[in-house]
Amino acid sequence: MLPEPTLNTYLALSAVLFCIGTVGVFLRRNLITILLSVEVMLNAVNLTFVAVGRFLGAVDGQIIAFFVMTVAAAEAAVGLAILIALFRHKATLSPDAFTSLKW
Amino acid sequence: MDALFFWVFAVVTIVASLLVVGQRNPMYSVLLLIVSFVGLTGLYVLLNAPFMAAVQIIVYAGAIMVLFLFVVMLLNVRAEDASEEARTRLGIGPGPRRFGAVLAAVLAVEFIWALRRIAVAPFASPGGEAAERTASVQEIGLRLFREYAFAFEATSVLILVAMVGAVIIARKDPHRPSGDL
Amino acid sequence: MFDPRLIAQLVVIGFTFFMLLNSAAVLVLMERKVAAFIQQRLGPYRVGPWGTMQPLADIIKLMFKEELRPRTADTFLFYLAPILCASAAFAAFAVVPFGADTTFFGLLDEPVKLMVADVNVALLVIFAITSMGVYGIVLAGWASNSKYSLLGGLRSSAQMISYELSYGLSLAAVIMLAGSLSLREVVDAQSGYWFGVIPRWYVFLQPLGFLIFMTAGVAETNRAPFDFPEAEQELVAGYHTEYSSMTFALFFMAEYINMVTVSAVSVNLFLGGWHGPFLPAWLGWIWFLVKVFALLFFYIWMRWTLPRYRYDHLMEFGWKWLLPAATLNLLVTAGVVIWMGW
Repeated sequence: MLPEPTLNTYLALSAVLFCIGTVGVFLRRNLITILLSVEVMLNAVNLTFVAVGRFLGAVDGQIIAFFVMTVAAAEAAVGLAILIALFRHKATLSPDAFTSLKW
Repeated sequence: MDALFFWVFAVVTIVASLLVVGQRNPMYSVLLLIVSFVGLTGLYVLLNAPFMAAVQIIVYAGAIMVLFLFVVMLLNVRAEDASEEARTRLGIGPGPRRFGAVLAAVLAVEFIWALRRIAVAPFASPGGEAAERTASVQEIGLRLFREYAFAFEATSVLILVAMVGAVIIARKDPHRPSGDL
Repeated sequence: MFDPRLIAQLVVIGFTFFMLLNSAAVLVLMERKVAAFIQQRLGPYRVGPWGTMQPLADIIKLMFKEELRPRTADTFLFYLAPILCASAAFAAFAVVPFGADTTFFGLLDEPVKLMVADVNVALLVIFAITSMGVYGIVLAGWASNSKYSLLGGLRSSAQMISYELSYGLSLAAVIMLAGSLSLREVVDAQSGYWFGVIPRWYVFLQPLGFLIFMTAGVAETNRAPFDFPEAEQELVAGYHTEYSSMTFALFFMAEYINMVTVSAVSVNLFLGGWHGPFLPAWLGWIWFLVKVFALLFFYIWMRWTLPRYRYDHLMEFGWKWLLPAATLNLLVTAGVVIWMGW
């Protein structure tokens, strides 16, 4: 029989997800994938909030996760806009191509 | 039964997230991230948070990921350059990236250390009063518009600013002759 | 082991699935017959009496056609797209109730709900699953690797996302009136009559909301006059240009099932669901069917009467008229709800 999930299991799962996201941000060479990795990290944090909220029997965890989600939406919109602007300049999405501060 | 579902969703989420990071075609990365979100949605349902589960799909999978999909389709980036493949592998990249990988490993170790130190904390039994409260959309609405009203309004300003900013940044410069994009 | 309630629930699930499949077939026939009537033709009449076997003939024809795939297509996504589309269409109906609780003529001790899953955030679930259906269309457009498909897919997703806002806002007004996100409770809030004659349906309280919901629903299901994703004069067949045989059939079926779902949801939200005069409560599903098919007839009627919009007009209409109207409707409803203290 599988062990019943506790708060610790959820926290461990969220930690694993966060690490996967971190590794993605550092190792990927594609700006889109880097943004996606950031989304993975944000979701790991959301999972923690909801799990702790459930543990404490309050909805505050869900509300904060909800705010994280709206911030993630803003981040994605601006991030992707910057990405499109960058792509127009260099026709590539590799972060190594963008080394000069001023074009 | 819950335990079985938990492990299924957890494995789906982790495997999908690993694949998001682990393969080169951005199109597949975006789609796998959606799979990972669906796994998380299942976990939210198990955590007695149906509102979060629905919002996760509507906002994240239904809106934010469509944005990513559009950009991938617009830029038509098929995959990362194969010539970079060797550099992408763990441990043989240039300095900053190796440093980053080390940092990620340190983070993982730190997490393991921290998680081993806290006591096992089982959830309150389902069906109790607390469980009822976390599942209630009404409760979320009331708290959101009373205690968190300021944060809520601030978020709406943030989104407006982000929207205007995104339009300005991504707009074509009329003075600069450029290609198709 | 043989819990009668479990069996009853399984029967309900199987029945819903079966009826959804059938409704797609019935709608194909209905569409052809109504189109023929509007255009003063006969429509199908050779296969079976009054052409009733025509959908069957269509299915057999589609099954025996050759399955074609463009060589440059992304194989996995190419086949995933129609499956996504069809399963999203089926899944959305899962939270739609279609009748009052029943004991199956006293066979069961406790009544069973006539719906697949009773979720307390049913409306959000429908929303969520509909938004997943967009992926089927976008992926179909992208994976086909054809310009017509891509344009159709992009148009469709832009259209669905734009109209989803008005769709959601018109829903929110009803949610405020009923004070619940569960479709069953929304329907039950509409039982009874005002002054003994007018049924307490929300369409009378929310006429603007109903209009917005129906318009947005037509755009959501990509039906004429908003059928840009497959506008045949410009895009051949839009996102499913490259599909043939059964994969095409899946898209086709998904479109009809989506129509059924949108109609069923609007019946539940605005037209009182299974409540109606003359019939006893346990026959409420007859009212439900009548109302759903009236709305479906309206859909088909519109398709064969109205010309297609222009794409920029559609976007302008959605953002400059429909969305402000929906917002206004929501604000007024909110004000009235607070003022009346409902």
